[in-house]
Amino acid sequence: MAGRAPSLEAIGMTKVFGPLVALDDVSIKVEAGSFHALLGENGAGKSTLVKCIMGFYSADKGQVRLDGQEVAIRSPRDARANGIGMVYQQFTLVPCLTGAENLVISRADAPAVIDWAKEKKHLDAFMAEMPFRVPMNTPVSSLSAGEKQKLEILKLLYLDQRFMILDEPTSVLTPGEADEMLGLLGGMADRKEITVLMISHKFREVKAFCDHFTVLRRGRFTGAGDAKAVSVPEMSAMMIGDTAIRERAARKKHNEGADRLELAGLFAEDNDGLPAIRSVNLKVKAGEIVGIAGVSGNGQSALVEALSGQRPLSDGGIYINGEFFRPKRGSFDRYKVFGLPEEPLKNATVPRMSVAENLAFRSFDKPPVAKLGWWMSPGPMREKARELIARYRVKTQGPDAPIETLSGGNVQRAVLARELSGDVDVLIVANPCFGLDFASVADIRSQIMEQRNRGAAVLLVSEDLDEILELADRVAVMSGGTINYVARIEDTDRNTIGQHMAGH
Amino acid sequence: MTAETADSTAIPAKAGPSLGLLRLAEAVSIPVGALLVSAVLFALFLLAIGKDPIQFYQLIWTGGFGSSFSIQNSLQRAAPLILTGLAFAIPARIGLTMIGGEGALVLGGFSAAAIAIPLVSNAVPVPLTLFVMALTAVVSGGLWVGFTGWLKYARGVNETIASLLMSYIAIAIMNFFVEGALRDPASANKPSTMPIGDAYRVGAIPGTEVHWGFAAGVVLALLLWVLMSRTTFGFAARMTGGNLRAARAQGLPVGWLMVVCCAIAGACAGLAGFFEVAAIHGQANASLVAGYGFTGILVAFLARQNPLAVIPVAILFGALAAAGGVIQRRMGMPDATILVLQGMMFVVLLVSETFYGRLKLFQPRATGERT
Repeated sequence: MAGRAPSLEAIGMTKVFGPLVALDDVSIKVEAGSFHALLGENGAGKSTLVKCIMGFYSADKGQVRLDGQEVAIRSPRDARANGIGMVYQQFTLVPCLTGAENLVISRADAPAVIDWAKEKKHLDAFMAEMPFRVPMNTPVSSLSAGEKQKLEILKLLYLDQRFMILDEPTSVLTPGEADEMLGLLGGMADRKEITVLMISHKFREVKAFCDHFTVLRRGRFTGAGDAKAVSVPEMSAMMIGDTAIRERAARKKHNEGADRLELAGLFAEDNDGLPAIRSVNLKVKAGEIVGIAGVSGNGQSALVEALSGQRPLSDGGIYINGEFFRPKRGSFDRYKVFGLPEEPLKNATVPRMSVAENLAFRSFDKPPVAKLGWWMSPGPMREKARELIARYRVKTQGPDAPIETLSGGNVQRAVLARELSGDVDVLIVANPCFGLDFASVADIRSQIMEQRNRGAAVLLVSEDLDEILELADRVAVMSGGTINYVARIEDTDRNTIGQHMAGH
Repeated sequence: MTAETADSTAIPAKAGPSLGLLRLAEAVSIPVGALLVSAVLFALFLLAIGKDPIQFYQLIWTGGFGSSFSIQNSLQRAAPLILTGLAFAIPARIGLTMIGGEGALVLGGFSAAAIAIPLVSNAVPVPLTLFVMALTAVVSGGLWVGFTGWLKYARGVNETIASLLMSYIAIAIMNFFVEGALRDPASANKPSTMPIGDAYRVGAIPGTEVHWGFAAGVVLALLLWVLMSRTTFGFAARMTGGNLRAARAQGLPVGWLMVVCCAIAGACAGLAGFFEVAAIHGQANASLVAGYGFTGILVAFLARQNPLAVIPVAILFGALAAAGGVIQRRMGMPDATILVLQGMMFVVLLVSETFYGRLKLFQPRATGERT
């Protein structure tokens, strides 16, 4: 089996989605039998690149060469036929079937009626050659995450896919499981049995297990090299870039305010009951923006959900001006807490309700919209809506149009109008500019800065480090569900932040 | 920027019919179109079994609306359908698919009949007895469906399955008592509770033979329409139904809202049960399990969960039911024929749901202003 590892080269890959250039003339060379890391921030184009190689997308330009021969990959089926396989972040095994059954049914040529005795014999012969074991006769649902991940890799080997693309394969594993699995893959690559291309954020793993790496930033190739020879700061410089920080939004200098918002030992669980955030401690002063940086999926969204009442806390408490804060409607009003959640159409609006109704979410149960606390009059509601639409320049067909008919930037502006038109003491913002055009971005950032200048405590969760560097007074880095680094923005730099983002 | 401001504030004047009008036109045309399509399909079915579709639809008309008698018959049958239609429509507004109207109706009717036994035997005044009966029906129905709503909110139990199963439990509870402890010894062939007696019956609306349940249904539909469209409660419920995450982020008490909407639904169905007992049967027995709860789902669907629209739709279905007997006699078809028609309507209606927002006719004219 040795010496069967293929080499793969992608040359000049370009992929454009509408106005967005996701991949701009990117080339990558993966030698046969190497363990190659693909590094980059969110949105750098890593997934687009591997999806082009896998045939999920067809690249607008560029070619893929396998063992020096150009291959045409138009669909995942072509990739499979060429021996290119992928392990995804989420498992793709059927939980109620056994490992053996999963392998057999994954075959493209699995017969309609399966002769299990024969297949078992084949499998046993196959397993005898494998360097590691997974229980093959128990349902996949009873396997540990590490075993499932190994089974995913076995599946690729079983299907004879010897060029493996792994998409952050260790994100679901414990550090021990991760090291074991990466060690096994490294060993197989050394024996030239397989070639691995691994998307990763974790420098430690890259340094310990990979031999080569390629870095992308904003859809472009920014560097490649020998993973053992190049240092972590150099890699993170390629990843994050050292471009000059853009002119900051006008920031008013003022004396430090009092502690306004305090998160004290917050714990919360994700939808599967696993810890999503653990022991999050943070203080935000009045008139200060604290930016929470981090790689997506390290607990930031759970934190925002917990602060905005969408996710219960399992332990800890939120305090505002030293008083216990429960994220309920009355408290939002009393402590003047407002929020700009990420994906506003999903988190902050009811798509089918009208713009006027959506603009009234904070005020529908208070005068003048509500009389006696329960009777609503549409007149004042529309009047207020017209005023906000004009003031915040929301482009809509009118106050009665369903908000889902607005463009993304205008939905965000409508939410901004609703949340920022009053008196704000605490503002919780998450990825406010995600997917918006430059004009909207500048507009929204200056609105956030204006709230800070007026004395609001602003918590800004963002996956865009540039945004945090532009807006924040202090930065906190979230990794593995907790905050492991806090610093004043003057006292830190991209590389330090980047390394803490990667879990150092 | 000035151009945008002007556009955003004053649109309807030039841009064709107003948005509200378009949405109303869409909400009326699509269900009506679906009804027509199902009528055509059913006509094909009739042709296939060698019956005359024209005669069929004529009979539906005469049987449902042809005479004063048939109109009153239709309205009488519409009464429980308005209430069970509301029982589906209100939870639907908060995003719950509650199909437990049948169970709440049966339980409401049964509990009203059961509480009537001591009251009647102690000769409690008629108005007080009826009031207590109605209250019992409303409370028991409300608790029954409210509990299902609580299960959904607190334990994540699928409300559709739970409410369906709870219906069977409700029917079993009635059967248990009607065939046991509360059985009237005189009801030999059809186990029933003790009759409340003619003196305790709910009468007809003056000048008609339609019992007061119809009036109660109409009034409740109006009240619930006001509740859902003009009060903070209805607004909060629609927010929750439209986007649970956004409702939570606004700090709304979504669990409480869900439970209350379900309790309102159960109360409506329970009240329907009360009228079935107090105005029609005079006692609780298996006749309560007549499928009104399930037809109510169809009514609410056709009414687009709008409490006001529930009234005419319920009358239409009341007419269909009223015409069932005529069809049976005059065309020699089983009375289940009407069920076939209803089933066909339901399927076509479900398909028609996919047309909302997709028909060009009902979309505002593109203004070219969107970014």
